[in-house]
Amino acid sequence: MKSFTYERARSTAHAAAAASQPGVKIIAGGTNLLDLMKLQIETPSTLVDINHLPLDKVEETTDGGLRIGALVRNSDLAADLRVRQHYGVLSRALLAGASAQLRNKATTAGNLLQRTRCYYFYDISKPCNKRVPGSGCSALAGFNRIHAILGGSDDCIATHPSDMAVAMRALDAEVETIDREGKTRRIPIAEFHRLPGNTPEVDSTLTPGEIVTAVTLPPPPPGTQVYRKVRDRASYAFAPVSVAAIIDNVRGRVRSARLAFGGLAPKPWRVAAAEQILANTAADARAIDATADAALKGARGFGANDFKIPLTRRTLHGVLGEIART
Amino acid sequence: MNDDQHILPTIEVTRRTVIETGTTALLLGALPHVSVAADAAQGGPCPISAELRVNGHPHKLVLDPRTTLLDALREHLGFTGTKKGCDHGQCGACTVLVEGRRINSCLTLAVMHDGQSVTTIEGLASGEDLHPMQAAFIEYDGFQCGYCTSGQICSAVGMLTESRGGAPSYVTADLTRPAVELSDDEIRERMSGNICRCAAYPNIVAAIKEAAGKMT
Ligand SMILES: Cc1cc2nc3c(=O)[nH]c(=O)nc-3n(C[C@H](O)[C@H](O)[C@H](O)COP(=O)(O)OP(=O)(O)OC[C@H]3O[C@@H](n4cnc5c(N)ncnc54)[C@H](O)[C@@H]3O)c2cc1C
Ligand code: SF4
Ligand code: FES
Ligand code: FES
Repeated sequence: MKSFTYERARSTAHAAAAASQPGVKIIAGGTNLLDLMKLQIETPSTLVDINHLPLDKVEETTDGGLRIGALVRNSDLAADLRVRQHYGVLSRALLAGASAQLRNKATTAGNLLQRTRCYYFYDISKPCNKRVPGSGCSALAGFNRIHAILGGSDDCIATHPSDMAVAMRALDAEVETIDREGKTRRIPIAEFHRLPGNTPEVDSTLTPGEIVTAVTLPPPPPGTQVYRKVRDRASYAFAPVSVAAIIDNVRGRVRSARLAFGGLAPKPWRVAAAEQILANTAADARAIDATADAALKGARGFGANDFKIPLTRRTLHGVLGEIART
Repeated sequence: MNDDQHILPTIEVTRRTVIETGTTALLLGALPHVSVAADAAQGGPCPISAELRVNGHPHKLVLDPRTTLLDALREHLGFTGTKKGCDHGQCGACTVLVEGRRINSCLTLAVMHDGQSVTTIEGLASGEDLHPMQAAFIEYDGFQCGYCTSGQICSAVGMLTESRGGAPSYVTADLTRPAVELSDDEIRERMSGNICRCAAYPNIVAAIKEAAGKMT
């Protein structure tokens, strides 16, 4: 690990002002940042510790939603009874991520801003445009089993590894931020993570120094909420494919559907056309196939990740079948 | 992978402590918020003070800020019961309890825990009396080589606190119920952050079940 200066943030505004300086990084749970610093993938000259800021509450909003502080630990959010009762998809997605020890440290903001698990991003002896802009992408023609089939570019096909973010995408969450001038804004989760294009080194639409202060959830949507994670072992593994589904079924017909996919793209993937196709059907096999076709429109495998296309289709059948039975 | 090369030998810390004590102590005393500039001239780390309460006893430390909680416990305080497996959050061997909650001590900095209490495997027994979880691991042979064991035991103790508090897991069928029952599947899922290279898993589950029963 490279040497750095350690500071504690006095306020969110102070943290934002500090973090807008080159070489300065915010540390929350540290479970992603320290991992990357040990490998010298991240080499901040200053770490600003925000763990003492009062951003660790889950509060009800006046419109009947929830406001989740940036420092709420993943385990506390998953265990919050309001989340378990009204946003089950989020609780389940959080519980599907990492391990209990990691969730006890990992924070809401840190989870959203965790970086890709692309093997070549982690291997500093290999070219990687995300780590070293312009050096090339080792995954395109390399081993790309965990890589994107949607949303990638000729410069990067990394996936975003968060489970939590996939559920938040299905819930239409908004990310609240404060910038170095003290200005706040709300970013719809759909616009928070960016596609790589020709600047894969930038993961999110945050401006330099902009700090996440909270994530807000609108009032719970009607319907059954499910998060299904498919992985190589039963627990403590990242998802090649995951689905967050919120399906409102009335007497055997789908009234409304929300489907967000993880493991497929550089950001949680949601296709409005696919949800519309599923709506007003009985969610029979044909309707699910048509939904999967729309969700996977433009999907492209790179060899080792070809399997994600049929796996996504099957996972969708599994999830919608499960909901139909409940 | 191994960060040992970054740990300042204790002697070095002591020498630096002497040199830096004046300014460091002043800074820490005068300001509620710590801010220590890196030792630019040497390009080296600038030590920083932290107090950890380990197993009930306060320890004042002067550390390179890069020191993980794991390295502070093992290399600076001699609590070698906590093990380093992967050093990247992937195995659970380094699990300790901070303020009663289980975390991976390899993925956190010691200075981030200034003023907090840490329980390691060395702090679970009361005198000669083993903690019920330790006793159950022995009774049920919950280990082979033993390398993962201190992490398993600390993790299991933290896990019981979580499940008693009603925290659900990925395999909890009904998330809306505030209480959970610890089936074997629940124990396996909740303990999945602790890998055992010897695959002593069946006996680990049995030991935890036994201890959970005894600790009610
Ligand atoms: C072995 C292992 C397995 C894992 N498995 C999974 C998994 O299955 N699913 C999953 O989703 N995740 C998984 N994770 C990742 C884990 O969820 C993340 O490491 C964690 O959520 C990051 O949160 P943190 O608070 O520790 O972030 P940190 O490491 O503290 O920070 C991460 C990034 O966010 C920035 N940041 C933090 N807070 C703010 C803020 N308020 N404003 C602006 N920037 C901020 C930091 O500067 C840093 O760049 C795994 C991790 C490990 C080590
Ligand atoms: S996929 Fe992205 S992160 Fe992975 S090697 Fe290519 S550029 Fe780097
Ligand atoms: S040593 Fe910390 S998780 Fe492996
Ligand atoms: S007993 Fe050997 S690693 Fe678990």
